[in-house]
Amino acid sequence: MKQADPRTARVVIVGASAGGTSAAEALRARGHEGPIILIGSEQHAPYDRPPLSKQVLGSAPVDSATLALRGKDHLRDLGIEERYGVTADDLDLARRRVELSDGTAAEFDRLIIATGVAARKLPHAEGLAGVHTLRTIDDALKLRSALTEASRVVVIGGGFLGTEVAAAAAGQGAGVTIASSSRTLLQSAVGELIGQQVTDLHRGNRVRVRAGSEGRVRTLQSRGGRVSGVTFVSGAPEPADLVVVCIGSEPAVDWLRFSGLAVEDGVQCASDCSAAEGVYAVGDVATWHNPRFNMSMRVEHRTNATEQALHVAERIMAGDRTPYAPVPYFWSDQYDLKLQAHGYLRGHDEVHVAEGDLTSRRLIALYRRGPALTGVLAVGAAKALRQWRSRIESGMNWDDAIGLT
Amino acid sequence: MKFDIELDKCVGAGVCAIAAPKVFDQNDDDGIIVVLNPSPSPDQEAAVRDAAVRCPAAVIKLTEQ
Repeated sequence: MKQADPRTARVVIVGASAGGTSAAEALRARGHEGPIILIGSEQHAPYDRPPLSKQVLGSAPVDSATLALRGKDHLRDLGIEERYGVTADDLDLARRRVELSDGTAAEFDRLIIATGVAARKLPHAEGLAGVHTLRTIDDALKLRSALTEASRVVVIGGGFLGTEVAAAAAGQGAGVTIASSSRTLLQSAVGELIGQQVTDLHRGNRVRVRAGSEGRVRTLQSRGGRVSGVTFVSGAPEPADLVVVCIGSEPAVDWLRFSGLAVEDGVQCASDCSAAEGVYAVGDVATWHNPRFNMSMRVEHRTNATEQALHVAERIMAGDRTPYAPVPYFWSDQYDLKLQAHGYLRGHDEVHVAEGDLTSRRLIALYRRGPALTGVLAVGAAKALRQWRSRIESGMNWDDAIGLT
Repeated sequence: MKFDIELDKCVGAGVCAIAAPKVFDQNDDDGIIVVLNPSPSPDQEAAVRDAAVRCPAAVIKLTEQ
C-alpha cells in the first residue's frame, strides 16, 4: 500500500514502556502531528524497569509514581492517546489494524511494536505460594513485601536479574542462595573470567552460590501449597520459604503468531528495524541485523529501548531505511559496585583484563570477537570506559587495542 | 538554555557525556553526572536536548528554552 504523509500518519504503538514512550515522544519532537495511540497492557502509566531489581527491592519506599518515566500530564500534553490496561491480541497486516482485548481495534498507517519480554516461568511452579518472578512493578512490590518475611531465599538463575535480586535479598537480612547451571554467575553475559569475580563478590557478601550441576534445579518441594525447598541434579537440597525464578525471558510476540511476521526469538527486523512495510519493532522484543557488528542481535538493555525508538521515529519521519548500528550499553548494580559495559559481549572469543579486578574496585576488561575489539566492561573507570567505547565504535583491531593496554 | 539535574536518579550510564561532551562529564569512580557548563551556549542546545532524551534515568530536565 502507498504510505501516507509521515507527518499526519496514524501511528499505533503497542507497548508503553521505555521503547514505546520514547518513540511517541520522539515522533512529536520531529514534527509528527497526526494521531499517536500508545497501548500498554499494564494499568500503570509508563514506568522505568531497571529500578525494579535495583532500588525497589531495597529499603527506600518506591511506587509507580516515583518510577514514572514521564511527568503526569506530559504525554497527554503532547496529544498522545494513552490506552493502558489493554492488550493487543492480534495484528491484521492486510487491513492495517491491531485487535485489542477490549473488543476494539486500532487502525494504523505506521505500527511500532514495543511489547518487550515476559519473564520465563518454571514449569510446574504455577500457583505455588512463595514462588516469584520479576518483570513488572506489581511483581516487584509483591516480592519486596515477601522478602521482609523470608528467612531462606533461593534465587534460580545467575544472570543480571538473579544476581541483583540476590544482592537485594541479602541486604534485607535473609539467608540467600543463588542457583546457576553455568559454571559462574553472569557467565553468558560477561564470560567466565569476570563471571568468577562476580561469583566471589557474592560469596564475600554471604550469598551461597551453587554453580554447574550443583546449581541445576531438579524440582521445587512444597508443603500445603507453599514452596518449602529446591532439589538439584546433584548435591543436597536447599530449604526455602521464598524462591525467585530469574531464568531469562521470552519476547512477548504471542499476539503476532498469525500476523505473518517472523517472530522466532523476537520480531525479526531488517537493519533499519522494519519488520514489514510501515511496521517497526523496538526494544527487548526486536531482533535486527546490526551492521556495526555484522550480526543479528536482540538487546534487552534499558538504553537500547530509547536509542532504537529514536531511530525508528527518525525513519518514520524521514521515510528512509538508514540502518540502526548502535554500540549497546548496559549497567548492573552488584552490591555497591556498578558494572558498566559497552559493545556486544555475548558470544565473545576472548577476554583480556587490561586493568585491576573487582576486589580493588577498578576493573577494565576488553572483549574480542573475530579480529576486532567488540566490547569493554569496567568498574570504577567511567572515563576510560568512554574512550574504549569510541574505539569499539571505530572498529579497532584487537591487536591494536591490546597494544594500548 | 537552562536545565536542572536530579542527581539522586543518575545511574552513571554516561549517555549525556557522549551526547554533549562540552556540557556533561562523569565522576570517574561511579560514572555519576558532572555538569561542566550550567549555561550552555545556543550551539550546544541540540546536544543537551539529545542528552536529556537519551538519558535512561531522565536526570536532565530542560527548564528554559
